[in-house]
Order: sequence, then structure tokens, then C-alpha cells
Amino acid sequence: MTTASWERTFGELCYGGSYVPESLVHVLDEVQKAFLTAIDDPAFVSRLDKLHREFGGRETPTIRADNLSERWGTGLFLKREDLVHGGAHKLNSTIGQILLAEYMGKTRIISETGAGQHGVATAMTAAKFGLPTDVYMGVVDIERQHSNVRRMQLHGARVIPVSTGRGTLKDAINEAMRDWITNVGESYHCFGTAAGPFPYPSLVKHFQRVIGDEARRQMLEGHGALPTDVIACIGGGSNAIGTYTAFLDDPDVRLWAAEPAGTGLDGTNHAAALTRGSVGVFHGMKSLWLQNEDGQIAPTHSIAAGLDYPGVGPELVELMERGRLGVITVTDSEAVEAFEVLSQAEGIIPAFESAHALAATWKLAKEDRDRTMLMCLSGRGDKDLESYWKLSEGNDE
Amino acid sequence: MNRFHTLFRDPDARAFIPFFTLGDPDWETSLRIIDSAVQAGADALELGFPFADPISDGPTNQKSMARALRAGSTFDSCTLLVAEVRNRFPELPISLLLYYNLLFCQEREGYRKLAEAGVDAIVISDLPMEESAYHVDCLKSNGLGCVHMVAPNTPRDRARTLFDESDAFTYVISRFGTTGADSRLSDATIEHVTRLRAVTEKPYAVGFGISHPDFVRQIWDTGANGVIVGSHFSSMIEHNPDAPEVAIEGICAFIAEVKSHSEARPVTL
Repeated sequence: MTTASWERTFGELCYGGSYVPESLVHVLDEVQKAFLTAIDDPAFVSRLDKLHREFGGRETPTIRADNLSERWGTGLFLKREDLVHGGAHKLNSTIGQILLAEYMGKTRIISETGAGQHGVATAMTAAKFGLPTDVYMGVVDIERQHSNVRRMQLHGARVIPVSTGRGTLKDAINEAMRDWITNVGESYHCFGTAAGPFPYPSLVKHFQRVIGDEARRQMLEGHGALPTDVIACIGGGSNAIGTYTAFLDDPDVRLWAAEPAGTGLDGTNHAAALTRGSVGVFHGMKSLWLQNEDGQIAPTHSIAAGLDYPGVGPELVELMERGRLGVITVTDSEAVEAFEVLSQAEGIIPAFESAHALAATWKLAKEDRDRTMLMCLSGRGDKDLESYWKLSEGNDE
Repeated sequence: MNRFHTLFRDPDARAFIPFFTLGDPDWETSLRIIDSAVQAGADALELGFPFADPISDGPTNQKSMARALRAGSTFDSCTLLVAEVRNRFPELPISLLLYYNLLFCQEREGYRKLAEAGVDAIVISDLPMEESAYHVDCLKSNGLGCVHMVAPNTPRDRARTLFDESDAFTYVISRFGTTGADSRLSDATIEHVTRLRAVTEKPYAVGFGISHPDFVRQIWDTGANGVIVGSHFSSMIEHNPDAPEVAIEGICAFIAEVKSHSEARPVTL
């Protein structure tokens, strides 16, 4: 019996699927078969577990944010994925995927990154495995996440700037896919989120569900009850699906997605695909996309590079459409305010991405105080300090 | 009757099929380029709808599509351009190459518009057979030919199915990688393309990386029925932004040279 929850498509509209050039069909098939074999192989599972503990620093705690809980008059718990080695949940997936790449006999890793967190996690994991790595990154993201670029390079990865489009995550994924189409034999594409062609949405979810599995147990053990609300930020959605999965069969636990509203939902200066997207096919999957009426993918914006993506993982769309997942949009400035609030009240600097989740949590707390909220603090904010300081200086002038 | 069936009725046909991005560098010039290519002897056309994120395309065609979009190309303007080409060349086989989202967003109505414009066949660069049921249904109900793609790593049995399921012709991808002109034709490409002749008797055309009249002849010599050249022409358009007539001259000279080879079958001893 397989241990993975494994779906090619989600819901009646068949979100997901595998819309790729013919050259990748065979390659994705190979990834799927290797994955299904590996996760039932005790040797693979025990190495994965050891890597999580010794390299990743798992398990991470779920803590009660006492000061904010008191201030908001509600229970607020934080799942501390910011404490994972490298500073974000991304390592959960890169450990699993690169172990799989090695299992498959691949000798080179291709990746893409937005905020740089997935790139850093890929680079540090690949360094441990001794595999050469090329990370594609948009020039705009290179500019706003420069410290992560240097970290990737320190780990020995080559960071390849992508100047097409708006020079952000979507464009980096385009280039990574082109590389993969070209170098199908020896390369493994370490995909950054629970999106893209089958089997990636299920594969990444499998490696990320450790977040929710741990958090659910920790809530029961530490707090004696499940949360009433579970909140996560959504770019592609890997920390979100990783957090939600353990709670899908708990009907009283409400699930919430914090979506990036950028400078506002009017126009194209946001990346709120769940709220404003329409059904389309891109980057290997049928999902909701921000696009024009002709099917050209729209430019997007979020202050959080990791959320600055025009689409969203297919399983999240299905969860939203059947009413299992609520969506709260958060603007750049609301996220920055939440960034300051957590830094000051709890002594934790969140990533701009995770600050979106906190801002959404804050909105829920204002609505109804009688809640126990579990939020995935997906990453730490050191990488965003430069941007934050620039912003504050700009506001002072 | 699909015009490609007429073109490939002769199993020894050696068709030359240029590819152009519709609307590159602008609607009128694009029409002039396509018109000239047909006058110069193109046997059929492969026309691409510009997509801003073409993951199967290398830098040359990416830029070509970006130029077309900057000039204001839309689904409707491209369809209009195809209709005009059809109007000028009633017997010419015309196939389209699209990224799936462009057609998916139009729903069934889009297929009807393309059929009405005179399109014979459609190939989608990011739609494998497994996901193509709806697409194939829309093609059939509008009398449009289905063109599947076969890649170098497509297993033999799957290739056979793709050939069988294709109507009009099958698009054989010459090598791994994105579109783009190569400076040489690799042995692996020749082997891969030659092997396929033993898999099917149905017509197929080979594309990706072919940039020289000699390469076209070598691909024909493997038994392929058609050869598609695209990036090489896009590059001519790119390098002559203020002098499209220079690009047109280059394209026509290429086609004339290629056509001078097309009559000569290889001598078998």
C-alpha cells in the first residue's frame, strides 16, 4: 500500500493534470514511479527522517504567541517553520526531492526561486548531497533578495539571472522548465511549490505535510484541543497545503488562505490568483491564473517575492471552490504592519510572506475573539530586512 | 478534405514548411513575409500564435512572440491574418502552433473561428495526449486536423499511438531542448528521425533546430515527409528591424535553395 495521497487531478473541473511538452511526459512518469517506490522503501524513509532531524532541525515547535494573544483577546499559536534550517519551510521539500533525485541516479539539480528561500534550501541540500545546482531567479527578485543570492552562491549553486517578463518567479520557472526540456536525462527539476504538472502538486504536498502533522499533534498535546482556525499564506501554496492536509478531516477546523493583494486588487499590482484568477492552463497545470481575456498570463506584484506568482496550486483551488478553504486578501502595507507587530510583540521577525498570514490572522481576530488560531509562520524575515529598511526610509522622507 | 492529406498523398513528398509567428513584427509586415514565403515555394505553413510565456521556445522565438505582442497581436488579429493568407492561397495547407492556454480560454468558439478562417490542422506545444480529450473533440467537431508531437524520448509504442491519433501529419521534435537554430545537425537527430520511419507510414514533419538548406535535405533523406524551419527566419526578422525586405529576401532565397533540392530523391545504390 502506498503512503502518498496521490491525485492527478482535483475536483470535477479536473484542476491539476499534466500539461507539458511531449519531451517531459516520459520524464514526469519516471519521477512519479521513482517517488511511489521510494516512499515505501524503508531505507528511503529512514534517511528522509534522519535528514529532517539532523539537517533540518525538525521537529519545529508550535508556540503560543502570548503577547499577541493577550492583545487580540484570542488564542494565537505559531507553527515555527522559520526555525527550520535555512529559515523557511522550503527545506522540507528540498530534502525529500533531492533525496529522490539521488535515488533516481540524477547528477544535476535545476531549480527556480522567487524570494530565494527555495533556492537557498535547494542549494544547501544539494551541497550536502554533492550535486551541482543551477537556480534560475528573476532579476527583480535578485535585486530585492540579494542576501539569498549570496547564500546560494556560498553553497556552490550557480544563480542564473532571468530578465524576461517582469523578472520574477513566473519567468524563473519558465527558464527552469526550458532547461529541463533540454537536459532531461541527467537533471532533476527541484520544483519550489505544490503546483506545476502532476506529480509535483502531490509530491511536494507529501514532503510538506509534516508541518500540519506535527502542528496538529502539538496542539492536542500542548493545548489540549485542535485549533478553530488554521491560517497560511499562499504563493504557489506549498506551506499552505503542507499545513492544511492534517486538518482536512477535521470539519470543525476552518482553513484560511492569506493572498497577496499587493497595492490593491484593482489593476495588476497584486498576485491574488484565488480571488481574481480565472481557469487557465499554464506551467503544466490547469488552475486559476491571473490572465487577460486572450489567455496571456498577467504581470503580478507582491512585496513578498515568494507570493509574487500569477497562479496557485490546483488542490487549493478545489478546496476553495468546495467551500473548505476561505480566502483573505492582504495588501503590502498590511503585511508590513504585521511584520512590525510580530517583531515587536513576540521578538520574531517573520518573512514578508508569513507576515501576510499574520495580517490575515489579525483580521480574523478582529472579527471574532472566540477563536484558537494556528498560523504557519513559514519563514523568518532576515532576507526582507533590506527591503524593510528601504521602505521605512522612504516613508520617513 | 484536409489540404495536408492532398500534400502528403504522395508518400515520397518532400514538403518544406516555414514557421512564422503571426504578427511579427506587425500585422501588415507579417502578411508580407508569409505571402512572399509562399510565393517563393513553401509547400505549407506552420503559423504560431504569440504567447508571452512560451516555455518550449528558445530566445529567438521568445523575442519574435514578444515583438508580435508589442505590436498588438491578439487571438482575433491573428485569426484575421490567417483568414487573409487563406484568402490569397485557397489550396495551401495551413497548420497552427499554439500554447494551449490561448485556445483553452476561447473555449469551443475559438475552434470554430479558426476553422472558419481556413485552418487545416492544429498542434499544441504543451498538451500531451493524456490531457487532449476535450481539445481533440473540439477539433473533430470543427473539421480541424489533429497534430500530435513526438519527442526523442517518446517510447516506440507511444510514438505509434501518436502517429495513429494524428490527422493531417505528426510533428516530430528533432532533439531535446527548446526551439532555436543550431549550427549543426547532430547524429542523434538523424538517428532518431530515421528510426521513426520504421514506426509509421503516416506523414510526419520534423522541426526544431533546423537552420540550413543542407539540414533540410538531410532530414528529407531520412524519409521524413516535411521539414519545418522557424527560428532561423525569426532571427532574420529580428536582425532587420528597419528593413523587412532584407529579411524577406533572405527567407525567399532559403526557400528557393531548399526547393531546388526537393525534386531530387537520394540515389540508392
